[in-house]
Amino acid sequence: MAEKIIRRVLLAAFSLFVIISITFFLMNLIPGDPFMSEKATEESRAVLIAKYGLDQPLLVQYGKYLAGLFHGDMGTSYVLQKGRAISTIVTDAFAVSVKLGIRALLLAVLLGVPLGCVAGFFKDKLPDGILRVTSAIGISVPGYVIAAVLMLVFAVKLRILPVSYGRPMGEIMPIVTLAVYPACYLTRLTRASILEVLGQDYLKTERAKGMSELVVIFIHALKNSLVPIITYLGPLTASILTGGFVAESVFNVPGLGRYFVNAISARDYTLIMGVTIFYAALIIFMNLLCDILYQVVDPRIKIG
Amino acid sequence: MILSSQLKIREEDLLPLERDYYRDEGSNTQEISFLKAAWQRLLANRIAMCSLLVILLILLFSAIGPSLSPYSYEQQIYGDENMPPSWTHPFGTDRLGRDLMVRCMIGTRISLTVGIISAVIVLIIGSIYGSVSGLVGGKVDLIMMRIVDVVYSVPEILLIVVIKLVIDEPLTRLVTSTPFLKPLQKMGSGLIAIFIVYGCLYWVGMARIVRGQVLQLKEMEYVTAAEALGAGKSWLIRKHLIPNCIGQLIATAMLQIPSAIFTEAFLSFLGIGVSAPMASLGSLTSEALSGLTTAPYRMIFPAALISLIILAFNLFGDGLRDALDPKMKKR
Repeated sequence: MAEKIIRRVLLAAFSLFVIISITFFLMNLIPGDPFMSEKATEESRAVLIAKYGLDQPLLVQYGKYLAGLFHGDMGTSYVLQKGRAISTIVTDAFAVSVKLGIRALLLAVLLGVPLGCVAGFFKDKLPDGILRVTSAIGISVPGYVIAAVLMLVFAVKLRILPVSYGRPMGEIMPIVTLAVYPACYLTRLTRASILEVLGQDYLKTERAKGMSELVVIFIHALKNSLVPIITYLGPLTASILTGGFVAESVFNVPGLGRYFVNAISARDYTLIMGVTIFYAALIIFMNLLCDILYQVVDPRIKIG
Repeated sequence: MILSSQLKIREEDLLPLERDYYRDEGSNTQEISFLKAAWQRLLANRIAMCSLLVILLILLFSAIGPSLSPYSYEQQIYGDENMPPSWTHPFGTDRLGRDLMVRCMIGTRISLTVGIISAVIVLIIGSIYGSVSGLVGGKVDLIMMRIVDVVYSVPEILLIVVIKLVIDEPLTRLVTSTPFLKPLQKMGSGLIAIFIVYGCLYWVGMARIVRGQVLQLKEMEYVTAAEALGAGKSWLIRKHLIPNCIGQLIATAMLQIPSAIFTEAFLSFLGIGVSAPMASLGSLTSEALSGLTTAPYRMIFPAALISLIILAFNLFGDGLRDALDPKMKKR
């Protein structure tokens, strides 16, 4: 098992390396340089280009970038926050995103898993029907539509929640926006997973022993149906992160997602690259963690 | 003991049969009954049939609608700016006085195109890659699957953005300078970029599924039997592998459609989707975001349409998967 985990870790590291390389070379393929938009003279542009080392051969720049990454140095922002180190922008902004993201993740799990159990418990009855329809709608509505509707209803019409982040209760709407998709997805996943487990023999034994249906579902069946749910935790992180792009820019949260969106519109390439690599590393790490956790929970599963 | 005189062998028993005597009989009945059974299962699924109806209605709306409307999607009607829904403009008009109903129809067309073309791309690349990997096996399979693992771990949305930014300019130049690509110009490089990215990244899921199926089927006794009877590789692929995988393939491809529409909407939100004045449902909704407090109606129609489309495709895809692959049925 240890050998398999090591192989899995190596694969993750390799994936990350590939992503870093792809992003680096793609960014350099973009015609022009970051200082084109500025009203700079030829000489001052040349000075800037020399200052950032952009006149060196691409491979040298690549080597320098990789060496920098090892020290946590991702260069400096060219446009949005000129001269500020990407690594500090990323860490500062990420701290804000994490505060929202973790709460959204908890909300999604605390809503989705029990609701999925309820749907499985009442299979083909009214609560199941309601939950299936709502969760299907929930995974079909784009995030910014949810954000817009929330905003329209709670901030504009009812005036019970503030429009932007930073005021008291300002976090509620962004968190809900982030949690809707994963919560609905988890409901469907838990339901499917629990129904699969429910047919198994050991649960018949539990019932034969006289256990109530509630205990059977929530304690015995849920434990074994956790496996697909754990696998989903990696994609779940990814979905909360990408959801963050939308929620943070709609509600003006100074998190990493908003930086990414702004960096795209400002074509701030180093910042785009820094954020991409950071997100990629995070997602790859979460997937790795899930794979390992997955095996701890269910020893029958082999990781490849 | 059987005496040769007891075995009545007639002269015609020794003649070779017609070339496809058994083949046609065997495989055709099986194929028809499989599809028929699947169709019946689908018909019995009320949710799936309702979704299919919704999909067809939306198709009609977007295919025929624009030609019935007196306006065109890019036409700016002076004096009619910022109109709330009325009889002349059922969905209202936008800031520039463009009729939102026509724009929604065109937008639906674009969103559906994105969804369907992406699904086809994924289906083709994924199934070729997966079946080659599964059939060849050995070292080739190992390397091909490691590549899949790497692509799989790439956060697609991020790379879509990066690739899109990179290929945008060269692509626009290519499209405007090559005469036979002219029709694509109207679509905008944004859409083409989405297809390219889909072709680059999203096929991995499909490739994994196909490979898994191929590996599983390779071990099946009836396949071994067919091989023992002298069936060639192409025969095995055409008559055994494809009919057995097709259900799951179609269902997975079907579920790719809503996911592509979702992605397109997300890219439009970031401002890198279709280029104006072309509209997609995603770009219409994200344009409406800025005027949300004063003109919420601009948001409501495209948002409702896009949600409805994704919902219908999701539900229909689920139904299709259950119908085509009862083994996989999870409820």
